[in-house]
Amino acid sequence: MTTKVVAVIGGGAAGLEAAANLAGFGYTVHLIEKEHQPGGHVKEWDRLFPSRRRASEIIGHLGGQLNENVRIHLGKEIINIRRDNGSWRIGLNDESRLDAQAVILATGFDLFEAAKKEEYGYGIYDNVITSADLERMFREKGEIRNHQGMIPQRVGFVHCVGSRDEKVGNLYCSRVCCVTAVKQAIEVCEMIPGCEVFCFYMDLRMFGLDFEALYKEAQEKWGIHFIRGRLSEAFENPDGSVLVKVEDTLAARPLKMKTDLLVLMSGMVPNAGTKRLVEMLGLQTDENRFLLPADRQLRANETGIPGIFVAGTCTSPKSIDETLADARAAAIKVMEYFRE
Amino acid sequence: MKNFGYAINSDRQIDYDSNDHRVARYLAEHEPSFMVCFACGTCSATCSAGLFTDLSLREMIGNIKRGEISKIKSEAEKCMLCGKCQLACPRGVNTRNVILTIQRALVKYNL
Repeated sequence: MTTKVVAVIGGGAAGLEAAANLAGFGYTVHLIEKEHQPGGHVKEWDRLFPSRRRASEIIGHLGGQLNENVRIHLGKEIINIRRDNGSWRIGLNDESRLDAQAVILATGFDLFEAAKKEEYGYGIYDNVITSADLERMFREKGEIRNHQGMIPQRVGFVHCVGSRDEKVGNLYCSRVCCVTAVKQAIEVCEMIPGCEVFCFYMDLRMFGLDFEALYKEAQEKWGIHFIRGRLSEAFENPDGSVLVKVEDTLAARPLKMKTDLLVLMSGMVPNAGTKRLVEMLGLQTDENRFLLPADRQLRANETGIPGIFVAGTCTSPKSIDETLADARAAAIKVMEYFRE
Repeated sequence: MKNFGYAINSDRQIDYDSNDHRVARYLAEHEPSFMVCFACGTCSATCSAGLFTDLSLREMIGNIKRGEISKIKSEAEKCMLCGKCQLACPRGVNTRNVILTIQRALVKYNL
């Protein structure tokens, strides 16, 4: 019997975990990643909720699991894909070609472009940044400065930027932003003693087992303030600080305050790579443009096309735990497919 | 001056930066458990005094956190310190001591 070959498209958390499991089953795996380094969004992060372990620890573990059955193709994108005599023939951007008997789409997500919420001033006001920008500050500089080089004394976090918002066409909750805001708020307090931190939220969705404890720590140990209300708009003061306007919906009154730095919690959106593959393969998407599996509960890793499987955030927003579990499930579905 | 019947409405906005945060800071120091309130309203729902007056501990804590303290004194006086709210609170806020600490802060700052 010849060794079965699986192509895994996307080298983020889902792709790495799926590839490692498939290689462990003895299949040959082609792991195809558009960037020049695997690790996806996780490698851009400093620390992860709720344990606050280093993201690099996860990436190191996922990379370390790969055995000699995995061939990694970096800087490669799919140009075409077609079914040919029981195999999938995949053309890459370097004009090379791969053949595989099964394909896992693990194409992931993009961060919502915060500039689309123009009223929050990202890309207009210097001291409005995104959660990803703050994480880069943690990772690369190990300290927080605003645009003027000052250590901020008051930081605001805006939840649900690009999530639960019909105005940008995203009706869903991105799941990870609430707890990320709580994590980052704590980290700001640790780095800047005496800094006042405010989270502006609609609902706090602390769904994970340890998330509620992190939320309580934020309030109890660090005195982080939570104001229920969705930011209507932000303005820049002459000194570069940012004035925010929100309704304190528990007080049923509008509220304004000055912040030295405003952090927008960008949600997850389906990415262009997923869209291209959906079009090439004739797959279905849902009303939010996420890839639609054969059945969201019962066949969450299968598609309507035999041999095409899905894993990770290309089908819906997921935490890293959920993504890894989904990737393992997809690998098992591929094994079942080969045994049939 | 002739009264034309016009008036200027006062601003309803909570101006956080101009507000008085002394009571909040005093509480944070002496009864920090008030910070973990997540405004569920169990305390107010179970409050005996709240059935007959407009006392709401949930609302008081919210107002103190925003520095809105003009009504705190008359509110705090309505509490009978029965402690039912403390039995009910799912977050473990030491509610009786929150009220007592508010009263101490009001005396300290002559509010």
